[in-house]
Amino acid sequence: MNELWNVSSSPHVRGFIGTQNLMFDVALALMPAAAFGVYRFGPYALCVLLVAVGFALLTEYTYEVCVEKENTLWDGSALVTGLLLGMNLPPLVPLWIPMLGSIFAILVVKQLFGGIGQNVVNPAMAARCFLLISFAEQMNHYSGMDGISGATPLESLKSGGTVDLAAMFTGFTTGSIGEISTLALLAGGIYLLIKKVIDWVIPVMYLVSFTLFMAVFGGQGADPYYLAAQLCGGGLMIGAWFMATDYATSPVTEKGRFLYAVFLGILTGIFRLWGASAGGVSYALITANLLVPLIEKITIPKAFGWEGQRNG
Amino acid sequence: MNGCLERLYNGIVKENPTFILMLGMCPTLAVTTSAFNGLGMGLSTMAVLVVSNLIISILRNVIPDRVRIPAYIVIVASLVTVVQLLIQAYIPELYDALGIYIPLIVVNCIILGRAEAYASKNPPLLAAFDGIGMGLGFSIALACMGFFRELIGAGTVFSGTPFAYSLPEVYEPVSIFVLAPGAFLVLALIIAFLNAMNIENNGRKKVEGCDGACGNCGKVETCDKRRRSK
Repeated sequence: MNELWNVSSSPHVRGFIGTQNLMFDVALALMPAAAFGVYRFGPYALCVLLVAVGFALLTEYTYEVCVEKENTLWDGSALVTGLLLGMNLPPLVPLWIPMLGSIFAILVVKQLFGGIGQNVVNPAMAARCFLLISFAEQMNHYSGMDGISGATPLESLKSGGTVDLAAMFTGFTTGSIGEISTLALLAGGIYLLIKKVIDWVIPVMYLVSFTLFMAVFGGQGADPYYLAAQLCGGGLMIGAWFMATDYATSPVTEKGRFLYAVFLGILTGIFRLWGASAGGVSYALITANLLVPLIEKITIPKAFGWEGQRNG
Repeated sequence: MNGCLERLYNGIVKENPTFILMLGMCPTLAVTTSAFNGLGMGLSTMAVLVVSNLIISILRNVIPDRVRIPAYIVIVASLVTVVQLLIQAYIPELYDALGIYIPLIVVNCIILGRAEAYASKNPPLLAAFDGIGMGLGFSIALACMGFFRELIGAGTVFSGTPFAYSLPEVYEPVSIFVLAPGAFLVLALIIAFLNAMNIENNGRKKVEGCDGACGNCGKVETCDKRRRSK
């Protein structure tokens, strides 16, 4: 009778994957693109990233201390939000922009809605839209660096100019800190796929539906050069692999994810073709995020035993 | 007279039309781009509200029940026309700034709501004070929203008036706050703040060792539970 048996309810076998591992995987996958951005734009870009991450963490910690909530600093979600926001900023922004953006992302978009997992839209994207609307001048300031000046590839594409596809793929071009190198972003995305942090439906269907939409409505037909430039340009790659796949703001079921991704592709196309600015991924993302509850509602799987009945 | 004061308190604090009842959201969100516009909208609405409440209350036994809504609309629309012409004549800047939202006071749900819920059932004096209370509540709410939106979004307060104040040049205005999303943000933040204050005041904390009988309790003076039941 000396042996005490542990009696507990299911589940009896637990894995070790938690928010922390997933978030650090995402942060790791973002590293190649972030490192390339810093290499390309110099140490000031690193400052922007650090300020964004630092203030995201600081806001998270301060808020949770103030309202006596459980400390979630170490689950890495604020780190990823700050990093994503920083990577979506132009390399020359004044440092108070990432600061303000991170505070808005964590405080208003994430914590006021209930903290991790409760946010309705992606915090980094909402903060970017907030900054884009408020500080149009600073947020569209891509030129002025030695040897790296002029419009972003998407802007010149929109105004009918030509772009260098190879440079856009490798990243030797202008744009936001983390979005320039398609190659580095793809590497990170594939790492996440292999680690099964994300599944293929959202990014792949997003890119496919976007390509089809641009082929039909882009005015250039199925011109591979134009379509490839649209795919590599702007925030599409970082959006498709890292932000559309955010757990809290994407649907749960496979059918829902499919719908969500197709919707994202169409919206991005619409914003890029007929919007005021050349890019449209951030607005497409927050619009689609808001529709996720509706998508979930129409894609609820039928419970076992209900399949044969009409109207579930 | 006590009833009149109670009406004022009710309109400004207890049933504030904007922050508690959430009525009249259209002007609340649309015209509060500056403190001056917000206050102007609030006061014009208040002028209409007080007189319409008074007239409707006087006529409450004359107006047949079946046609009361058209009758109210006729009264309110006439008053709004008067207010509109007055603003156009004496404060043309405000008239230009508010635009279509002045004629739209006719369909402001606070005015119809108070007519239906209060003025049509109560004597004229109380109804007029109800109008003053609700109107003040609305004006304060709109001025408050306009103040924060203008301060953050444009870096000024009451610009264009003798009381104009502007923040130092260093401040970079966060222009989203004078655009549509800013209206929703500011409204939500103010309501969240007021709710948080309410919860704190009403006290959800339990006093230690409370058995529900207050007679022998030493903490009876400071107890939230007792204060609420009074």
